[in-house]
Amino acid sequence: MIARVLPGDPARLALGPRAPQQAVDALRAELHLNDPIFVQYWYWLSGVFTGNWGISLFTQRNVLIDVSEFLPATVELILAAAIIDLALAIPLGMLAGRMANTFVDNTVRIISYIGIAIPAFVVAIILQLTLGYGLHIFPIIGRLDQSIQPPPRITGLYVIDGLITGNFSVAANALWHLVLPAFALALGPIAQEARILRSSVVENLNKDYTLAEISHGLPERIITLKYLMKPSLIPMITIYALDISSQIANAFLIELIFNWPGFSRYGLNAMLSKDLNAIVATVMVAGIMFVVANTIVDLVVSYLDPRIRFQAESEE
Amino acid sequence: MPLIQVKDLRVGYNVYEGLLKVLDGINFFVERKEKVGIIGESACGKTTAMKAIMRILAKNSVLMGGKILYDGNDILRMNDTQFTEIRRKKFSMIFQDPSAALNPVFTIRQQFYDIIRYSSNQRMTKDMIHERAVELLKQAALPEPERILDSYPFQLSGGMKQRVNIAMALVSANELLIADEPGTALDVTIEDQILRLLKKIVEERRISIILISHALGTIKHFVDRIYVMYAGTIVESGPTEKVFKNPKHPYTQLLIDSVPKLTGEGVPEGIPGIVPSYLNPPHGCRFVTRCPYAMQVCKEKVPPSYEVEQLHYASCFLYDNGENGKDE
Ligand SMILES: Nc1ncnc2c1ncn2[C@@H]1O[C@H](COP(=O)(O)OP(=O)(O)OP(=O)(O)O)[C@@H](O)[C@H]1O
Ligand SMILES: [Mg+2]
Repeated sequence: MIARVLPGDPARLALGPRAPQQAVDALRAELHLNDPIFVQYWYWLSGVFTGNWGISLFTQRNVLIDVSEFLPATVELILAAAIIDLALAIPLGMLAGRMANTFVDNTVRIISYIGIAIPAFVVAIILQLTLGYGLHIFPIIGRLDQSIQPPPRITGLYVIDGLITGNFSVAANALWHLVLPAFALALGPIAQEARILRSSVVENLNKDYTLAEISHGLPERIITLKYLMKPSLIPMITIYALDISSQIANAFLIELIFNWPGFSRYGLNAMLSKDLNAIVATVMVAGIMFVVANTIVDLVVSYLDPRIRFQAESEE
Repeated sequence: MPLIQVKDLRVGYNVYEGLLKVLDGINFFVERKEKVGIIGESACGKTTAMKAIMRILAKNSVLMGGKILYDGNDILRMNDTQFTEIRRKKFSMIFQDPSAALNPVFTIRQQFYDIIRYSSNQRMTKDMIHERAVELLKQAALPEPERILDSYPFQLSGGMKQRVNIAMALVSANELLIADEPGTALDVTIEDQILRLLKKIVEERRISIILISHALGTIKHFVDRIYVMYAGTIVESGPTEKVFKNPKHPYTQLLIDSVPKLTGEGVPEGIPGIVPSYLNPPHGCRFVTRCPYAMQVCKEKVPPSYEVEQLHYASCFLYDNGENGKDE
């Protein structure tokens, strides 16, 4: 809706300043731009459900086709970032909490401050310059080496498609390309979540139930990895949900920097060129991803915290 | 040799303002099969002393001196493996707040099974573990053990939770059970049931118990011997009968007087004056700021322990008759 009240004429922008006025008028009519706004909304809404998301003024295709082409790259990137995020934030947070105020904790703290203070796009450029350009360990741009053909399209996620179709070298190459952009995306959330996990670990270490577990003689490994970790993860996972949901926005710049042919970049182009249908689709897809991420996390949190689970059941 | 002998134990806590000197050289012992009570108002250091025995003092605590002898060996010097064995086989502690002592996000079954599994040296089958859990829940007078096992702590009442804690403690309480105000967080009738249950269990198992309370009436009919604590010191000790009939330390006298006469229950109230700060406690007797009989010497020297009648001790210069008092 907001997209429709922005200043500037989208038809004019699409056709360029030198197009004749008749052409612009014709396009406006075709796009129903002269109709009242709620009529426009109705056209759009009925289109969403019939697969007609409108034509992108920029790519000249049904926006739905654009979405299905560009979205998988972003989904793959965000998923990779989400996995790296969990895989690092949990051990770092647990370690820092368990060893609070030691050298280990202080090291994690410094890494965290750096991760929180430096914006993702700066991290991206630094990684690109050092590990990519300088040391040639990781590729700098794109999803695959130029010489490699994408795997047959099933999900659109190259790593997964590569694995499914047995093109392991393609999958490995795609994975290799994912490392830097995904890590750049994940660093901020890792830093924040590790801090949150650390503070719940420290808090829960002083709880009577932890003291009781120690006094029952349970092994330290069981106490830490089972009885301490589960309650401590709850606040962190909630923040994790928010972090993942906002990754589609953070991915805008990362995709630009790594020349990643993804949806965020598509959305950015749509906004710059005032491509109405594409903007609306971008917002909608971002919204859907937000809802999906939050739903998954709600399920995880209710698995971790029986109090929430039973409360939800008794309300039904 | 006593089962437990605490000698000159000094424990402090580091806080922002400095060092809280909480336990100021306390001495006490527990014989095998003996029921010992510790009373004293809130914040006098009862829980701190018990946590020292279980070696679960907070991170900011400082052990400033003393020994805790178990069968003559100082548990404060044992390595973790040795002491874990003691935690698994000999000692257990029941905490003040039954709700806080159970992990909120695991079922009783998960918690109980692990406690049983890891306290045994042999590999136990699931069935054996289950059987043991049910047996202990029954000993703790809990009906419907299966339902209890499947519950999360928040689904149980306070009294049930404390019984679950007791059942869990019984896994390893083969020599000593520490019960830190096991009924204070519960209502009076439930508290009474819990105490009766504990008494029955320790007598049947022929083990020792340290029962902590700040309510005199609850402890009176329960323990053989009693220690009275004030501000991190033990001011009086002796057979329960004698201490209650003939309290010698001014603090104990005020404490017993302040209990409502009719019921003999309730929390002492209304001893005039304020408890000294642990940051700068008085140099001599810690009760000097509130004592109606305070003398010059009380401000200067820590009173030794005087035997006021057989096996009945009070740390107070009122009983100084020229000879030096005993140090414990
Ligand atoms: N971790 C800690 N850090 C700082 N001070 C502490 C800590 N634990 C206990 N204290 C302080 O030590 C003193 C003794 O506490 P403790 O819990 O041993 O008292 P208590 O006799 O068990 O009291 P209550 O009857 O209220 O349980 C109190 O002043 C308390 O505030
Ligand atoms: Mg206490």
